[in-house]
Amino acid sequence: MTAKAFSLPDMTGEPRAFPSARPSLICFVKEDCATCNLAAPVLEAFHRAWGEAADVWMVGQTADGNAILKDRHGLTLPILDDSALRTSLAWDFEIVPAVYWIGPDGEPPAPLEGFVKAEWEALAARIAADLALPAAAVAWADLPDWRPGCGSKHLDPDIHDRLLAEAEGSPIRARRIEVAGGDDIDEFMFDQGFSDGLPVVAPTPERVLRMLSGTTRGPQDIVAIVPPSMAPVTVEKIAINAVMAGCRPEYLPVVIAGVEAVCTDEFNIHGVNATTMGASPVLVVNGPIRQRIGMNMKQAALGNGNRANATIGRAVRLVVRNVGGARPGGTDRSTMSNPMKFTMCFAEWEEGSPWEPLHVERGFQREDSVVTAFAMTSGPVQIVDQDSRKPDHIAGTLGLGLEGVFLSKIHRMPVDTLLVVCPEHVKTLTSEGDYPKARLRDRIQAVTARPLREMVADDVSAAGISLASAAKMTEAQLAAPAPKFADTKFIHIVVAGSEAGKFSAAFHGWLTGAAGSAVVSRKIEC
Amino acid sequence: MTTILDPTDERVPVARQITPRAGNTPGVIGLLDISKPRGNVLLDELERLLAVRFPEAEIKRYAKPTFAKPCPSDLRLKMKAECKVVVEGLAD
Repeated sequence: MTAKAFSLPDMTGEPRAFPSARPSLICFVKEDCATCNLAAPVLEAFHRAWGEAADVWMVGQTADGNAILKDRHGLTLPILDDSALRTSLAWDFEIVPAVYWIGPDGEPPAPLEGFVKAEWEALAARIAADLALPAAAVAWADLPDWRPGCGSKHLDPDIHDRLLAEAEGSPIRARRIEVAGGDDIDEFMFDQGFSDGLPVVAPTPERVLRMLSGTTRGPQDIVAIVPPSMAPVTVEKIAINAVMAGCRPEYLPVVIAGVEAVCTDEFNIHGVNATTMGASPVLVVNGPIRQRIGMNMKQAALGNGNRANATIGRAVRLVVRNVGGARPGGTDRSTMSNPMKFTMCFAEWEEGSPWEPLHVERGFQREDSVVTAFAMTSGPVQIVDQDSRKPDHIAGTLGLGLEGVFLSKIHRMPVDTLLVVCPEHVKTLTSEGDYPKARLRDRIQAVTARPLREMVADDVSAAGISLASAAKMTEAQLAAPAPKFADTKFIHIVVAGSEAGKFSAAFHGWLTGAAGSAVVSRKIEC
Repeated sequence: MTTILDPTDERVPVARQITPRAGNTPGVIGLLDISKPRGNVLLDELERLLAVRFPEAEIKRYAKPTFAKPCPSDLRLKMKAECKVVVEGLAD
């Protein structure tokens, strides 16, 4: 059923309501359409012939255009104003003129769109028969056989999304905030605390609707419960924050998966936000979606300049801030904090890696698209080695580069690290053949192994093993070598970056495990 | 007017926040006349009452060139530099 009830004013301001008690001929037109101008005198003839027995109405899509049509063609039939375009949207046609005959039987019709003379003549004959009135005085022979119509104004890209957002049945449920015309909307959003400190894009209903087109999930699906306010976050709320972050609709599935990942009990976004140590999610994206949405995995992958990388990470942060209520000075108690709290997201350059991609290593299929969240407190910290030409030397360098995690003196750490190996270091690592990740992890542990004695509090630094604890240890225990990490499982490795430059990078973790945060991967449902 | 959608969990009403209150020990109190007719009558009376209540305060008078336009930024900066609080008569 496309013929929906409406009440629209005619040019005298009188409301005209459909359906009325009479049969109706309704034709939607717009003034700048040549075919509508061709149809206007025909409709006028219809009105003169049958106006006593039926409503013959033209519905125009601009108020100014209606006045022009009336003058240009000397029209006397009622011309209704649908400049709001809501009725056009509700009747759901694509082309003007769109003419509907709702005859005495009241059956919903299919519209005639454009002008096909044979169809219009047949319609005129049917109307005359239905009304048992003489034919209208139309010089059919003078009219062309066929003229295409024009796209209806309600389908203009600038207008359509707004109309949908405002229409009955709109998927939008979020509270609407009306910002006065005299108010600067960007400043308003800062004042409301919606921003992370940088400008945000105004989440207008039409933008949010466009954003929602990026996912097949229902707008009101609850994706997660977001601490610390423990608020349920819907797809719609994520879309609002994704608009604000500057995302394109095709990024939305990654943002949704990212929110899912960080809001798990394992990842523990509340602890990550709240810790004085200043942790933040680092999101790594794997799989085909990387190319599809244009993520950066190569030159400058960990930095600025790529919209997908920058805005996906930011959108996840804004959800946590705005829906979860985690804000600096509130439940975010970071001593120093770090710029990753604005955004930190990049893609792995799987094609440049000799190893299984991160997501495959974590149990997914290569063709899956996956986001993996790490809780990290520092990084990216560069590891510079422009001199080594042997695989074990590069691996040794990467190990030494990781010794600074938290504090170089502290070893046997049960703390995650994310090592991002640059392509030139990968090249050297594999220059003599396969160099598995397991060997790289072992090498990192081997080159960082120091006697436990070096971890005991001393005159330089009292950090590490206290003197009291050390006093209870045997010489053999103090001499035992302690690698940097408590286990190789804490060393996560991916490949990214430019093919030029011998600079790898590392992110340093937080409190790893059940009491803190575990690495979480989520499949991206596109 | 622009409509935006609330990005929060909607537990807190959306509202303009008022500036933090200055407490009850004003230094210089500015009275801004927006230059609407008889605004001076109101501000004269306010000045008299403030002088009684805060005898230690200094009261300064300012006026916008016209009520129909925003306050010129040099006047705004001048008031900000000179006053601890400013009272502005906003409308009729």
